[in-house]
Amino acid sequence: MIDRIAALGRGTLDVLMAIGRAGLFLVQSVFCLPSREGFYLWVRQMHFVGVMSVAIVLVSGLFIGMVLALQGYTILVGFGADEALGQMVALSLVRELAPVVAALLFAGRAGSALTAEIGLMKATEQLTSMEMIGVDPLRRIVAPRLWAGFVSLPILTVIFAVVGIWGGHLVGVDWLGVYNGSYWSNMQDSVDFVGDVLNGMVKSLVFGLVVTWIAVFQGYDLVPTSEGISRATTRTVVYASLAVLGLDFVLTALMFGDFG
Amino acid sequence: MKRNSVLELGVGLFMLAGILGLVFLGLRVSGLGVGVPQNTFTLTANFANIGGLRPQAKVTMSGVRIGKVTDIELDPKWFDAKVTMQIDSQFDGKLSDDTTAAILTAGLLGEQYVGLTVGGSPKMLHDGDVIHDTQQALVLEQLIQQFVSNMAK
Repeated sequence: MIDRIAALGRGTLDVLMAIGRAGLFLVQSVFCLPSREGFYLWVRQMHFVGVMSVAIVLVSGLFIGMVLALQGYTILVGFGADEALGQMVALSLVRELAPVVAALLFAGRAGSALTAEIGLMKATEQLTSMEMIGVDPLRRIVAPRLWAGFVSLPILTVIFAVVGIWGGHLVGVDWLGVYNGSYWSNMQDSVDFVGDVLNGMVKSLVFGLVVTWIAVFQGYDLVPTSEGISRATTRTVVYASLAVLGLDFVLTALMFGDFG
Repeated sequence: MKRNSVLELGVGLFMLAGILGLVFLGLRVSGLGVGVPQNTFTLTANFANIGGLRPQAKVTMSGVRIGKVTDIELDPKWFDAKVTMQIDSQFDGKLSDDTTAAILTAGLLGEQYVGLTVGGSPKMLHDGDVIHDTQQALVLEQLIQQFVSNMAK
């Protein structure tokens, strides 16, 4: 009995210490002086984290837009309101689907790779050797990756939304025969740039920070064995997805939940 | 650190795509007009009830879009809704001053918009003028109420 209580206390302390380490880690790596060297490291990471994720974002954005148009059309045509298709596709993409789905894809595509990369660096003691020669691994390895994730997810979200709206146009207008003018004008009448587009951007900024933070921290903090790397990679995808979905509810409630 | 120009070009294109995408979302999806205020003129109209009319709603004539609603506020003097519209400047001085404005609905559940119909007066509307002859939004509940009370007679 006493052992169980002790184990519970130890578990709680472990979780609290991990959260504390994660917070310190974020602060130490984000706030470092910009340098020429750091900029090139950042550009390199933008390539691996952002540019390499464009293909999956393009394809899934296109298909989600197409499915939205098809599903929306079958519902709206029952009310004779199929002109409202553009509004439905654009609002659901810009407010909700683009930030969330892009963040989930990003966690799977880029987050897991970041964890495995940094984890392997730790397991092969590259991080320790960097410290030995006086290079701060937080500055050299972690900071460029964090900033790259933070910047590239909003860009991926914008690309996702644009491609999705185009996919919706492809199905709704070119295939199902919704009038092109009402597709766009209904959309323009209902989508608000600040209230919808910029709020979606704020969401994706938050998701970009959280997903990359979790991915990089899991890689930096793992047990340096092959099993540890595989566990940390799994944890990255699971934690990041849960954090994105949970935060999405909180952010949506803050942005759109004001009915008073 | 060795620089790689192909990689830098890729990242540059990626960020450019993001910016262009945001511009597309602003202009095409949310219909922000930038820097074209001189091509419109302003008319206001007071409505007894605007129903679900919102800013950015379109203003049409014979079904053709000629402008948009920019502002809706309650007139503190008459306690009715004051709707400010921006109309394409090619119609400045072409609409007669007995033009009527009505709030219409696109389809059964579609968005609400303002429809203008010209009259026959020789005097014309200019920037800042007020349309006096207005028709309020169709509120379904009031219609049903009228219908029911007529049935009861």
